[in-house]
Amino acid sequence: MAVMTLIESIRETLREEMRRDEAIIVLGEDVGKKGGVFLATDGLFDEFGGDRVLDTPLTESMIIGASIGAAVNGLRPVPEIQFADFIMPAFNQIVSEAARMRYRSNGAFTCPITIRAPYGGGVHGALYHSQSVEAFFAHVPGLKVVIPSTPHDARGLLRSSIRDDDPVLFFEHKKMYRSVRGEVPDGDYTVPLGEAKVVHEGSGVTVVGYGLMVQYALEAAELLEADGASVEVVDVRTLRPLDGETILSSVRKTGKCVVVYEDNRFGGYGAEIAAMIAEEAFDDLDGPVMRVTGPDVPGVPYNHALEEWFMPSPDRIADAVRRLVEY
Amino acid sequence: MATETTSALGSDLGLTPDDLIEMYTLMAITRAVDERMWILNRAGKIPFVISGQGHEGAQVAIAYGLRKGHDWMVPYYRSVASLITFGMSPREIMLAQFARGVDPSSGGRQMPGHYGIADRNILSVSSPVATQVLHATGIAYAAKLRKTGQVAITYLGEGSSNQGDFHEALNFAGIHKLPVIFVVENNGYAISVPMSLQSAVEDIAVRGAGYGMPGVICDGVDVLACYRAGRDAIERARSGEGPTLIEAKVTRMTAHSSDDQQTKYRSADELESEKGRDPLPRFRDQLREAGILDEAAEARILEESRKVVEDSTDWAEAQVDPDPATAQLHVYADAPPARMDDPLWRSERFMGDGGPLRDESGS
Repeated sequence: MAVMTLIESIRETLREEMRRDEAIIVLGEDVGKKGGVFLATDGLFDEFGGDRVLDTPLTESMIIGASIGAAVNGLRPVPEIQFADFIMPAFNQIVSEAARMRYRSNGAFTCPITIRAPYGGGVHGALYHSQSVEAFFAHVPGLKVVIPSTPHDARGLLRSSIRDDDPVLFFEHKKMYRSVRGEVPDGDYTVPLGEAKVVHEGSGVTVVGYGLMVQYALEAAELLEADGASVEVVDVRTLRPLDGETILSSVRKTGKCVVVYEDNRFGGYGAEIAAMIAEEAFDDLDGPVMRVTGPDVPGVPYNHALEEWFMPSPDRIADAVRRLVEY
Repeated sequence: MATETTSALGSDLGLTPDDLIEMYTLMAITRAVDERMWILNRAGKIPFVISGQGHEGAQVAIAYGLRKGHDWMVPYYRSVASLITFGMSPREIMLAQFARGVDPSSGGRQMPGHYGIADRNILSVSSPVATQVLHATGIAYAAKLRKTGQVAITYLGEGSSNQGDFHEALNFAGIHKLPVIFVVENNGYAISVPMSLQSAVEDIAVRGAGYGMPGVICDGVDVLACYRAGRDAIERARSGEGPTLIEAKVTRMTAHSSDDQQTKYRSADELESEKGRDPLPRFRDQLREAGILDEAAEARILEESRKVVEDSTDWAEAQVDPDPATAQLHVYADAPPARMDDPLWRSERFMGDGGPLRDESGS
């Protein structure tokens, strides 16, 4: 059992998977000699060579489009989009092509690619290095969307994603890359896609989140428990397919729920969770489903005061829980 | 003198008279199938047609040197002749028109024209244009890395060659000298928009220079010139020399699709003069003059085309529609979808089988 940062966990998983299966290639901007701008692929170029760890031109649509073709012809590409903000030129390839390849060919073609991309704010990245883009993709049948919140889960989920026969978007919160450490077991364990997890048990209010927001929810739970409140935290882990049962059984127990996401509030991914709870657990609710989210401005602003205003925080989550407790 | 000319036709390209007859037959069968599609549309039997009349000479000739079942074809919606040359049967083409359940392209899920057969290395076609050019490039990258010796060929119209994906694909293929062939079938129109409003250069082929690959122009009515362009590109790709951009100058003899009225933007004079650019009679005359195609052979090919069309149409039409119960299959590898992620699961819960909501609405 080793203690690793999130980025180390991802890097070691990529290395082990590439050793296990020579069909796996990594491609993207600066992923080769430089090892990626966050060093997620550091050392892979030296071990596996430039044919399997491929520096591409600045062409996101090509990174995904060529990955789709390579996947069709026997490879298992793990493309990296340098920042989730820059995935938009590849949107058509992901949504019109990768997501639909299986469906439109009546099951004849598959598209096993795992698209990795760092997302999220809180690192002075401003409008174009901070975005949360999961809602765009979680909306699309045919895509799977994964967001880990611990080094342990990152490893198990990345293994599952790479070995999955469908296209997976694997979003990594860049603020967590080096700030979150955790125990990572040795051995070839996986975390199955489509399983949420209760990461902190409690009885009064359920807080549902993913990625960095899970870490914040856990901090909020500590703050609140000092005040005597009991909070249960559910880590969604796989946004699609969604494990609704784990969320619903927690909400049925507590009767109250706060959904947290960093993305803009309007139409964000957590809105789907709120809708599901309203549809499926209405009779068990003792208060409105609440949301703690980023505000509805077109991006995360740069100046630290503005960025702090944007980002959901443990305090904001705790405030929402307190209001719900009192409801 | 005449005898010498006869024996010479195609021999400099390594083509035998049998090859030439086969190429002509593929063109004739494709044309007959294509014409039947439009008749079926006008008869109200199929709601939509998009096809490639006028493109057949270039398509058959360029694909003729590929290795079926080994190489990869990444077609577009006008690729009927390319596909038939590469081993897709007229019955399979017709299944796509009728969108029947056994249609190997999509099981009736896609509009006609969106072909694809996995076991023959023919990639599924979508409707956004030029996306496939990147797929062919990725296929070629995998072929190179896995050392399969495969060549990938992809097709698009000149309109699609203005998309960013075209640029990104050729750029990447050029960098890595990938075994891929990009065939732009330039028929002068992107639906209604003429070449003059699509491109500041007259020839798409010149763009090849910007990506470090040869750009070859061939005249779509000159079948042997098209074969030469295809053969050279296949050899280049197979031997590791890299990609080729081929621009085939063709004519679009039909409207863009069955939902288009091309007389709105093309003059009667133009349409009349373009009939002279039909590759089928031109190649037929060439073969006649060379003494390769005699009247008996021509009659035989005509009869074969007719039979193929009748058989494929009747057979495909007789197949059953897909079962709606299968419409939610093949979204993901694991079927059926996870319970909570399945919209039908919820609607079933609230509406049941013709449950309360339907009863109340009186239906």
